[in-house]
Amino acid sequence: MVKQRPDGRRSPPAPAVGTASVLAPRMGSFAYHALCAAVFVFLVAPILVIIPLSFNAEPYFTFTEGMLRLDPDAYSLRWYREIIDNEAWTGSLVNSLVIGVSATVVATVLGTLAALGLASPGVPARRVIMGILISPMVTPVIISAAGMFFFYSNLGLGQTHLGIILAHATLGVPFVVVTVTATLAAFDRNLTRAAASLGAGPWTTFRRVQLPLIAPGVISGALFAFAVSFDEVVVVLFMGGVEQRTIPRQMWSGIREQISPAILAVATFLIVFAALLLVAVAWLRRRAPG
Amino acid sequence: MGGGPGRRGRLRGAMRVPREQLRALGLVAPLLIFIGVTFIAALATMLMRSVHDPVVADALPETVALLRGWDGERLPAEAVYETAARELSRAGEERTIGQVAGRVNRVQGGLRSVFTRTARDLEDEAPDPAAATGTPWRDALIALDTAWADPATWHAIRTTGERFTSRNYLNAVDMDRLPDGTIARQPEERRIYLRLFWRTLLVSGAITILCLLLGYPIAHLIARAPPRRAALLLVLVLVPFWTSLLVRTTSWIVLLQTQGVINDILVAIGLVSDDGRLAMIYSMTGTLIAMTHVLLPFMVLPLYSVMRGIPPQHMSAAASLGATPLQAFLRVYWPQSLPGVGAGALLVFILSIGFYITPALVGGSDGQLISNMIAYHMQTSLNWGLAGALGGILLVGVLALYMVYDRLVGVERMGLH
Amino acid sequence: MKMNGCQRVSAETTGCGDCEPGLNARVPVMLAAVLAVAACGSGSDAPQSITTVSWGGSYGRAVNEGANIPFTEETGIRIEVEDYNGGLAQIRAQVDIGEIHWDVVDLEIADAVRGCDEGLLEPIDLASLPPGADGTPAEEDFVDDGRTECGVGNLYWSTVYAYNADNIPGEKPATMADFFDLEKFPGRRGMRRVPKVNLEFALIADGVPLDQVYATMDTPAGLDRAFAKLETIKDEVIWWEAGAQPPQMLADGEVTMTTAYNGRIFNAQVLEDQPFVIVWDGQLLDVGQVGIVAGTPRLEAALQYLAFATSAESMVRIARRISYSPMRKSGMGLVTTHVVAGVEMEPHMPASPANAANALRYDWAWWVDHADELNERFSAWLAR
Repeated sequence: MVKQRPDGRRSPPAPAVGTASVLAPRMGSFAYHALCAAVFVFLVAPILVIIPLSFNAEPYFTFTEGMLRLDPDAYSLRWYREIIDNEAWTGSLVNSLVIGVSATVVATVLGTLAALGLASPGVPARRVIMGILISPMVTPVIISAAGMFFFYSNLGLGQTHLGIILAHATLGVPFVVVTVTATLAAFDRNLTRAAASLGAGPWTTFRRVQLPLIAPGVISGALFAFAVSFDEVVVVLFMGGVEQRTIPRQMWSGIREQISPAILAVATFLIVFAALLLVAVAWLRRRAPG
Repeated sequence: MGGGPGRRGRLRGAMRVPREQLRALGLVAPLLIFIGVTFIAALATMLMRSVHDPVVADALPETVALLRGWDGERLPAEAVYETAARELSRAGEERTIGQVAGRVNRVQGGLRSVFTRTARDLEDEAPDPAAATGTPWRDALIALDTAWADPATWHAIRTTGERFTSRNYLNAVDMDRLPDGTIARQPEERRIYLRLFWRTLLVSGAITILCLLLGYPIAHLIARAPPRRAALLLVLVLVPFWTSLLVRTTSWIVLLQTQGVINDILVAIGLVSDDGRLAMIYSMTGTLIAMTHVLLPFMVLPLYSVMRGIPPQHMSAAASLGATPLQAFLRVYWPQSLPGVGAGALLVFILSIGFYITPALVGGSDGQLISNMIAYHMQTSLNWGLAGALGGILLVGVLALYMVYDRLVGVERMGLH
Repeated sequence: MKMNGCQRVSAETTGCGDCEPGLNARVPVMLAAVLAVAACGSGSDAPQSITTVSWGGSYGRAVNEGANIPFTEETGIRIEVEDYNGGLAQIRAQVDIGEIHWDVVDLEIADAVRGCDEGLLEPIDLASLPPGADGTPAEEDFVDDGRTECGVGNLYWSTVYAYNADNIPGEKPATMADFFDLEKFPGRRGMRRVPKVNLEFALIADGVPLDQVYATMDTPAGLDRAFAKLETIKDEVIWWEAGAQPPQMLADGEVTMTTAYNGRIFNAQVLEDQPFVIVWDGQLLDVGQVGIVAGTPRLEAALQYLAFATSAESMVRIARRISYSPMRKSGMGLVTTHVVAGVEMEPHMPASPANAANALRYDWAWWVDHADELNERFSAWLAR
């Protein structure tokens, strides 16, 4: 699944017209706003509905009468307890974190270096290189996973953590490249020239001048890479064994095979996690240079 | 090292550009090599498998060589039977017979068990030299299984014995090579892939249109809202965008299933009766709804970034010149928003033709797309060559669209609208 | 889920909750974690751990409690449990690609025979297995049903169809024909996403006598007839793959009736008080097998596990947790009540005389010969 970074630029000057809509002549204005409201509900409601249902005291996926009456007995933490007590879920959380963090480190280091290289003037065949570096992001994941299954198995990396880490790093690296490149585009090259003319070596220039300025971009690229790995299921499905079970893999078999409300508790956890990522990226974007 | 400062300066000047280039390449190289190994080589392996399969040629080399001289109509000569029997029984001992049998079975259904049983039975049932007629090996094999008297069996060995083959690509477009070498369409009941490609395109098109219809108004609303409210509304788009795909798919199962939230609401307000609950999930309907939800942010975000750049004065200018709001929209606003429409639509379309997870979980049997068929051949039928060929065709399609996208929007802006 | 030492270490090193956010401090720690994980990934297959593969859900739990846990207690060999939904694909894939990860697999009998012929499974000598509960040598203790070269019989099981009594008001379905009768019993049906069983059920419902079912399937016209019968309900079918799905679909009201493994329905009845009813008419009585993947580097431990899991004692322990009866004669009389629910098991066993009165015996030899052809035809039929 390709995650896309939202707008990376600064806020535009605020339009002066406020909410008066061009699409909506006065008579249609109500219909237009109602339509928009309906679309926002369509976007968000399916996600929000999971949260209360995860506290259902009964093993159902719908609101019981007690829940609608707000009867406290109709709510419980039983599904959360079930997850905490279940080694399959806790183990998959550990796997997801280990794989996600490792893949993020690899992707961030390689992706940042490459973005720095691509930003310098006079890189030959820049467009082609960029295309190659971004290709894992546009290739349908089923194709990537199929190719990786054959290739990694041939190397003896099938059903190993290392294989999945490398695969996830590959899928996450385009996001780092794209994010850091965007940060660098807003970056004033005169700063590095100034540093160089004051006698700083390339390494010092990088560490003391460039890195602090692009750090927000690097970190948000890393968050993207982590989110990609943390949500990836197809590669794990093809290449992973029992020992590489991650949270999405565990959810996948949960959904396909026996959907228990425990899944809703995991889903709630992931929603909170996504919200935190969203906040982090928004905060970093505000700190970006330019 | 001689020469004056002037000369050194010129030298340095001449060297500077290449050195900087070298440094830049040095920074890019690790990732380029990494992607080359972990990704490009992996894709190459898959594509290689779609045209190259040495299993039968390696296990039955002499039989395959002898069959090159066979006319394809009458039964092969006794020497072919004798060689085949020897090589089959060796493949049985070396435990490669399963793979050989799997390969020939793809050309001629039912041959897997013929091959495995023949290899097993040959150990105890070699022909009796004393009773030998003119063709003892032929008689012995046919006695084991009548399939050995069918030229189609030998055709299957000959076809799968080619190390390099176009068979998988032919099969992927519902064609096959007949024993006489001509290419023909598959029999009616085996034509499934073109239909599936077509269905995938239709579904992707439908989802793109749905996303545009739903996404355009809200992108417009966000673009024209005051900054504080715009930020809030943008969060409503970004929350689903950041939420795990599996979570969103789970939500739709919870909402759409027969005893699910939507049906409960419909029953509660009396729109449907309790035993007339709607079957919305495990079907194409489920796939369409869930995929539209998953992909909608990918439409809204590029639309929003383009619309934000359209000066509102243009519309008021059109209005002051006497245009009705509809005219003003069609003549002034819509053309200026087209780059966003193009980018969003292409992105949604590219993503949806490769979609796998959501159709697999909520699609039932009629909501499956081409990716699900690739997964089926990867994991269940193990026809990896065919999976590679289907994947190769899909890959070419996606890359073509990707190049169009690059032309229109620029790849490095893939994630940055 | 195994949590070996390496994993714990790396989890601690990467659980960086309190570290300074400075990248400089973090990178080396994370790199160390990568290396630690890489080492774990490739080096953790110490011989004292094997992977056994079973069918998940309530059967998986029964096998776990009945065989796996006691085995680990007795031998110290750890067991990783992987679930699958039958078929040889995953074993073939491992043998084809040359990396064996599975050791012992709970197989359908036709797959055990095919896998043996293809060289995917190790031949097993019955004489090497422990004697029965009463000391009978293993070779005599196993029933004659389902003796194969590479598989060891474990349990009788069956595919039946079942419904949720709460969701069918009025007259209840009683025969196989009722399952296919959308007019009398409207609503969606659940069926396993394989041709096996479905073709047999279709012919039984179409009026073919039990003893003629396989003879009919042996003719092209008979197969067409079976597919035509399936076609009549195809639009209403939700196809399941895992044995845990049918009880779930019945409980959720997603289907009115579904084919299912009898033990799964039984466990939902006695452990979750679900108002499910099994229709035994036309049930397909089958036998299960346990086999070892050929070429496993952990052959010795795998053999040890196989002997343990197919002992009469293990079979009895499993049969007291799910209604599948032992295939060792010495175990048959020892299955008393369900360990949790306390109900007498015998009336729920698929091979008990009352339930088997109108049962079809699964002709695995027929399926060994026709599985490939029909799998292909079935998946093409589904995709249309």
